[in-house]
Amino acid sequence: MKRYGWTVSSWGIALVLTLPILALIVEALLPAEDIFRHLWASVLPAYIGNTFWLVSLVMGLSLLFGLPAAWLMAMCELPGRRWLQWALILPLAMPSYIVAFVYTDLLDYSGPVQLALRDWFGWQSAGDYYFPPIRSLGGAALVLGLVLYPYVYLLGRTAFLEQSTSLIQSSRLLGCTPWQSFCRVSLPLARPAIAVGLSLVAMETLAEFGTVNFFAVNTLTTAVYDTWLGYGSLQAAAKISAIMLLVVMVLLSLERMSRKRQQVFQKSMGHEQEAGYRLTGGRKWAALAFCWGLVGLGFLLPFVILCYHAVRYFDQAWNARFFEYSLNSLVLSAVVAVLGLAIALLLGMTHRLKGKRHTVLPLRLAAMGYALPGTVLAIGVLVPLTMMDFAINDLALWLSLPEPGLLLTGTMTAIAFGYLVRFGAMAIGAVESSLNKVSPSLDMVTQTMGYGPAAMIRRVHLPLIRKGMLAGALLVFIECMKELPAALLLRPFNFQTLATYVYQFVSDEQLELGALPAIVIVLVGLIPLIFLNRSLEQHH
Amino acid sequence: MTRPFFLTAAAALLASSFTAQAAAEEVNVYSNRQEFLIKPMLDTFTKETGIDVNVVFIKDGMGERLEREGRLSPADLVLTVDVSRLMDVVDKDLTQPVQSDVLEQNIPAQYRDADGKWFAVTTRARAIYSSVDRVGKRDDITYEELADPKYKGKICTRSGKHPYNVALTASMIAEHGSEYTKNWLQGLKDNLARKPQGGDRDQIKAIRDGVCDYALGNSYYYGVMLTNDDQREAAESVYINFPNQGDRGTHVNISAVAMTQHAKNKDAALKLMEFLAGDEAQHLYASANHEYPVKPGVDPSDLVKAWGDFKSDTLPLTDVAKHAQEAIKLVDEVKYDL
Repeated sequence: MKRYGWTVSSWGIALVLTLPILALIVEALLPAEDIFRHLWASVLPAYIGNTFWLVSLVMGLSLLFGLPAAWLMAMCELPGRRWLQWALILPLAMPSYIVAFVYTDLLDYSGPVQLALRDWFGWQSAGDYYFPPIRSLGGAALVLGLVLYPYVYLLGRTAFLEQSTSLIQSSRLLGCTPWQSFCRVSLPLARPAIAVGLSLVAMETLAEFGTVNFFAVNTLTTAVYDTWLGYGSLQAAAKISAIMLLVVMVLLSLERMSRKRQQVFQKSMGHEQEAGYRLTGGRKWAALAFCWGLVGLGFLLPFVILCYHAVRYFDQAWNARFFEYSLNSLVLSAVVAVLGLAIALLLGMTHRLKGKRHTVLPLRLAAMGYALPGTVLAIGVLVPLTMMDFAINDLALWLSLPEPGLLLTGTMTAIAFGYLVRFGAMAIGAVESSLNKVSPSLDMVTQTMGYGPAAMIRRVHLPLIRKGMLAGALLVFIECMKELPAALLLRPFNFQTLATYVYQFVSDEQLELGALPAIVIVLVGLIPLIFLNRSLEQHH
Repeated sequence: MTRPFFLTAAAALLASSFTAQAAAEEVNVYSNRQEFLIKPMLDTFTKETGIDVNVVFIKDGMGERLEREGRLSPADLVLTVDVSRLMDVVDKDLTQPVQSDVLEQNIPAQYRDADGKWFAVTTRARAIYSSVDRVGKRDDITYEELADPKYKGKICTRSGKHPYNVALTASMIAEHGSEYTKNWLQGLKDNLARKPQGGDRDQIKAIRDGVCDYALGNSYYYGVMLTNDDQREAAESVYINFPNQGDRGTHVNISAVAMTQHAKNKDAALKLMEFLAGDEAQHLYASANHEYPVKPGVDPSDLVKAWGDFKSDTLPLTDVAKHAQEAIKLVDEVKYDL
């Protein structure tokens, strides 16, 4: 038994995390031909097109924003870099539906920007000039790109920092320009991490609901909602979800296949500060403008607007409920982040210790939930958990005891489980990509020296992947703070998260009143960012 | 039958922690009305009766959740907005009939189920707003004429799939049939000044900004905007018109309350239902939310009264709800939102 302990527990956890998806697949197999055919004939092709373009655009923008920023922060000496390098992560703490709300307010026809333009140029009506509409596919892509690029940035920068200095120095000695060195050495080495970041961006976009709904862009996620709630057909909704799941799996396998043959291991822990390039003159200013521009648009501007509302409506928003919900969110997110990290470590280590073939599947299975829109996932969570609840109650009846009621779905268990299913992928991805950088020869050496797996993990692997672990747990934490659709469906009585609280106001077009709790979501999200930054600094 | 001792002991321990909580009287409510909108009524109820009210705000998927929870569901009452969402819960047989003289006296027959499976507590009118500057007051306007090509580029609406618009479309199907309604939707879509977007208030702002001259919107949003310092100016740039006064009357939708099939706190739940249909709560609904009370004799707020009386469509709301799915299909078929 002991020999199989790792593998068995990996499979066990992976299966538990896959339960919601299995439930949905079962639903998807149930007949719903009429509605599905009607959807195919009317709107589904357009939704699929929209989804394709949105995901592509957001991935492109995230790369365009995140990759240069990651490289600049890891490799270059810039004034104020200490601040900038963590400021660039800040947009991640912003719920995208809030950023969307702020930008529509600003850039809509009635917003201050267009009003000012009309004033200056004397335009009378919308027909007198062209202004790109913010509530459009492009607008949604821009907002999502601004909020999601930190995934690419964060994982990319970590990858660049972990790169061995000697490799880069060698490439320079062999006559590479900084640009060539970047293209030939740094970028290929960082590709796995960037690919993980991009796939996070893609899946997040695919599952995105608040922003696209707000921008009147109909995607597959919208279709799932409409089908489930409008047509009342969970089966047809599950069919569409299954299509989405398929898309994600194809994306992920393509990404993995593309770097299958490429396995590079680094022996160095990273490089010292002096390895950085020193930018001067125009380049310096361009780099600074680029990075601060990202921070400004993705974080500072929306944040300042939130603060403005929060100050004006402070008296109404500052109350006991606000504190209670803050604590709820904090505890819930921390619990899920720790659990997620534990699962990621178990799965990642099993995969490493027990060979590649039969342990990679649990790893992939456990990460699938991320691709599901929150509401769909919530249904998937409710199905198996209510079944268990009924089993528990039936058992109680059989034992002539009072029924305990909904022990799982009526408590925080359901919501925490839902979050774990949805965001476990982020911890798994981060841990896996860090582990992949640890050379297997280290394992061999350790084993030769007579260490068992436990000692090897504790003394070799954990210290080496600490940053990856921290980044993974951090991502999970922030996502939990912001998560909305699943929370709306899975929370028990008298339990609100900050996100559901804010959403109540936003959905009633009263962001003013939700501004203060929204700021807390952002600020609480910042605390772990500071920790992360500290740990990175100490390392170098 | 022998049962393992430890299992019984463990279960007993577990169960005791739950029975202890059930002592105080309470009502559990699933609501797709937002908490801050109904909080004043519920707080007043608790103050007067000592009965605690626990609420979960469930925007979407209430029926689905109740269905899954079955007999174990903790919910005693559901508070819904929009008749088709209500009927979704009722048709799945998730509510139970309630017998109450108070409810029957306070709520006119048109606004409650004959079997007592649901009761409306407020109504709201689907109004047509018109620009003060460019159009003026339009007492004669109808929903039908919004599809007339003379309105090309002059109309704003939110998504055709929003429950409020679905209900309106469903009422058109009930009145004119599917074929006519599809053409009407197509005509309405062709007349839109911009892609459907935003909420009801955004449509009013769009009129102020000159994007369009007419917009569909619920009556209470207008009231909310008029009492909000930031939004008053936008609200004052439009008139509220109650359509179809010359024929069947303005389409109205409801917010409603119903007792769930497996309600455990039936007595307390009934008390809350009766309270919501009583004078005090009806007044609160009117003054805080600018909705129309259903109880005869309770006046709307002064602000709402100032908009004038109007004739409302007397078509039974259940007939409207019956056509909701078909309405969504039509919205998809004419690609209203695309």
